[in-house]
Amino acid sequence: MENWRDNKLVAAILLVPASAWILIFFTLPLAIVWVYSFGERGPQGQTLLAFTLDNYVRALELIHLGILWKSVWTAAVATLICFAMGFPVALGIAFAPARFKNLLLLLVILPFWTNLLIRTYAWIAVLRTRGFLNFGLEWGHGKLDTMFSFAGLPDIMGTFEPLALLYNHSAVVIGLVYVALPFLVLPIYATLEKLDRSLMEASLDLGAGQWRTMASITIPLAFPGILSGLMLVFILSLGTYLTPVLLGGTNSMMIGNLIAQEFGPARDWPFGSALSFLLLYITFIILWIRAMVASRSKGVSY
Amino acid sequence: MRKVRPTPLEYTRKKWFQLVLLLNFIFLYFPIVALIAFSFNNSRRNITWKGFTLKYYVKAFHNESLFDAFLNSLIVAGISTAVSTVLGAMLGLALYRFKFPAKNAFDGWIHLPIIIPEICMGVAMLAFFSRLNITLGLFTITVSHIAFSLPFVAVVVRARMAGFDHSLEEAARDLGANQWQTFKDVTLPYMMPGIVAGALLALTLSLDDFVITFFTSGPGSTTLPIKIFSMVRFSVTPEVNAASTVLIAITLILTVVTMTIQARSGKNKGLPL
Amino acid sequence: MTRKQPIISIHNVTKIFNRSVTAVDDVSLEIAEGEFFALLGPSGCGKTTLLRMIAGFENPTIGRIVVDGQDMDGVDPNHRPVNMVFQSYAVFPHMTVAKNVAYGLKVTGVLEKDIKKMVPEALELVKLGGFEHRMPHQLSGGQQQRVALARALVKKPKVLLLDEPLSALDAKLREAMQIELVNLQKSVGITFVIVTHSQAEALSTANRIAVMKDGQVVQVAGPLELYENPNSQFCADFIGKINQLRAKVIGVENGSLAMDIKGIGKALIPHDGPAQGKVTLAIRPEKLQLDSDEPADDCIKFRSRVANVVYYGSTSQVFLENIAGEQMMAEVRNRESGTTTSILIGSVVWVSWKTADTLVLTK
Repeated sequence: MENWRDNKLVAAILLVPASAWILIFFTLPLAIVWVYSFGERGPQGQTLLAFTLDNYVRALELIHLGILWKSVWTAAVATLICFAMGFPVALGIAFAPARFKNLLLLLVILPFWTNLLIRTYAWIAVLRTRGFLNFGLEWGHGKLDTMFSFAGLPDIMGTFEPLALLYNHSAVVIGLVYVALPFLVLPIYATLEKLDRSLMEASLDLGAGQWRTMASITIPLAFPGILSGLMLVFILSLGTYLTPVLLGGTNSMMIGNLIAQEFGPARDWPFGSALSFLLLYITFIILWIRAMVASRSKGVSY
Repeated sequence: MRKVRPTPLEYTRKKWFQLVLLLNFIFLYFPIVALIAFSFNNSRRNITWKGFTLKYYVKAFHNESLFDAFLNSLIVAGISTAVSTVLGAMLGLALYRFKFPAKNAFDGWIHLPIIIPEICMGVAMLAFFSRLNITLGLFTITVSHIAFSLPFVAVVVRARMAGFDHSLEEAARDLGANQWQTFKDVTLPYMMPGIVAGALLALTLSLDDFVITFFTSGPGSTTLPIKIFSMVRFSVTPEVNAASTVLIAITLILTVVTMTIQARSGKNKGLPL
Repeated sequence: MTRKQPIISIHNVTKIFNRSVTAVDDVSLEIAEGEFFALLGPSGCGKTTLLRMIAGFENPTIGRIVVDGQDMDGVDPNHRPVNMVFQSYAVFPHMTVAKNVAYGLKVTGVLEKDIKKMVPEALELVKLGGFEHRMPHQLSGGQQQRVALARALVKKPKVLLLDEPLSALDAKLREAMQIELVNLQKSVGITFVIVTHSQAEALSTANRIAVMKDGQVVQVAGPLELYENPNSQFCADFIGKINQLRAKVIGVENGSLAMDIKGIGKALIPHDGPAQGKVTLAIRPEKLQLDSDEPADDCIKFRSRVANVVYYGSTSQVFLENIAGEQMMAEVRNRESGTTTSILIGSVVWVSWKTADTLVLTK
């Protein structure tokens, strides 16, 4: 690797334009929001520069804390479900015969390339009262009813009540899991792929069963990748805006929606800024934790 | 030949595991497939199939505001891709090539747009433009898109350069080429697939973006995802599905192209001769 | 006298991958209890696949494997009375040496107090006493291998399988470990099956060797037998170095074959067993004698020019070419100090060897 001093001109040409762009059109905006978070809301909704911690205090008020907590909880639940579903997929692909691997990977990545908005609203058609899921359940219900009728037990199933699956919190969780699944599968797959197979075979050879091997060997050794995947999904879910808007009900508001509301109809930018930065701080803490874990396990090379 | 029993680590050959995989893939694909399928359904609302038709595509095509939004998306994506690819490629190359003080910190800082929650960046851009009294429109959208796309391009280009055989550059210098010639004749050809992949990524990110665009767009500067969003809020109709399917198709084609290029460049590890 | 049951019986085992690649082709073998058995062959010959089938990580397409009287069909690796030392050692990087060695005992429910006794014993056995609390990344390759050995041996398996155990070690360490492995096997008394591509390793460690090629067993014999009486060109060439000559059988005379050796002439070579037509004759390089004067008569002899001499320290290889263009290589010990060889390039010498030492290869 070259030292920049040996080629100052070229290094500058390459680095300065991109850095300037990020500085002006990313860092500066964030800085403005940070300053605003200490500001005050003027009578006509404009932002007055001041220095007050009122916004942060307000953010930690019970009602807002509730939303914050709900966001964290929802993101956590979504992450766990994602893991339960996605880990076997990552495991399967990592251990699949070579000729299927690329195909399976492609199949997992493809939905990821579809627009987030589309991917989310597609669930509306599935979950709504006259949607596919209820349609399927109704069909099943009908078949069971026919069966029971033949057995001389009509009406035992009662009439079909469609499940209210949309516009509530479970729909939001489903939507989050759906969007985040590829983000979990890929890092875990990458780590499992690099894992030395003979370590797992050695464990089996020494007498450990499948589950024991998974718990004692596979997961501990793949942990950095698993953690990366989990954190990525968590951060993604925590800061979501679209999913609660499209799939959630009136009390499915998450922190992203609250921020949007404050910058939108509520016109309280200082407060919105404070909330925005709270979300950022949480994100940074998570990333920092991950960096700590990664550097601690650096001593052991797998 | 009798069937050979699967060994403990051959997960994909075990029946229960295959079931889990299948369920996952159904989960992943059913909503999208249903959406696409029903864009061709000759029925306004029902979920029963009532015949194949393209009339909703025609309807979408003739929908002026939808079409305008589509054009806006293309314009924004075009400019954003061009600028972010150039800037991002240069950045990626620099990160690969040079070491400089505080490089780790710089690395973290320049990649922030990738990990930051979109809503935070969206409101930040809004605050920024309003502070500077810049009206929201295609300009502000494009500027924001470039900001979050260029780090992605840098990552892709840098990853591509990681596999570069540095001694090729040294050989060129040894034979008398100057810096620019070496770059043009040796480094750039190798970089190309990475640049193209980065460009396609930037294009996709721009076309598909919603949240940041939502906060940086003004009246008259709607992009396709924004338009689709407002249509969805109203009601999910086959017309919306048609517009969405078009967007999906474009994205898929871009993805396939990217992957083909990457696959081919994987085989041809050096210079296109 | 009843014959003892072999500890491993391999019955007509074939392994086909992806319906197209036949890695192991109809192999049948018997390995006796307490043997040090080697599977030897070039890469791709199927020896590792065969080993993995004994361990249970691959399942035979056809045929069956019986270990200690029990058919292994349907038995998972963790339930087999065999343990394996992997080529990469597979020492668990996130556990201490003691935890590694204890692992196999822990997962099969051995009591903690027993584990506390057995682990240090196993480590002493492989000369790693006191290493209990080290982490694998702090150990050298050779030490990691011993941990893998201790870990497998502490379970007291009936058979220990070793996959290319010495290939990752440098030459000096390899030679030392070869001797240690043999001693270890003798003191523990269990059957060892090693897979190797190094014929030197097989010859120096094993009681019996199965030479494999393209998925099939070509010859099974002890080291001496294998070296002195290879049954085919492949074995003759694979084990050690050998000179090969083309010859035609021109007659049979009470236990000897009259041969016309290409480029050399006629000779009468003792050989039991049928042979006719074109055959290959082989002679080991160290059996060639080089003299300036004509040697006595009960040998095959002819004159050759010395084309090249390659110095290897304790020995030298002398490349010879006779008047008919026939090329051979002789291996001579360098007894004289101060010179790479006492034989000069370009000189003409008498090449000879005892007729009885000639190998007749019909395969």
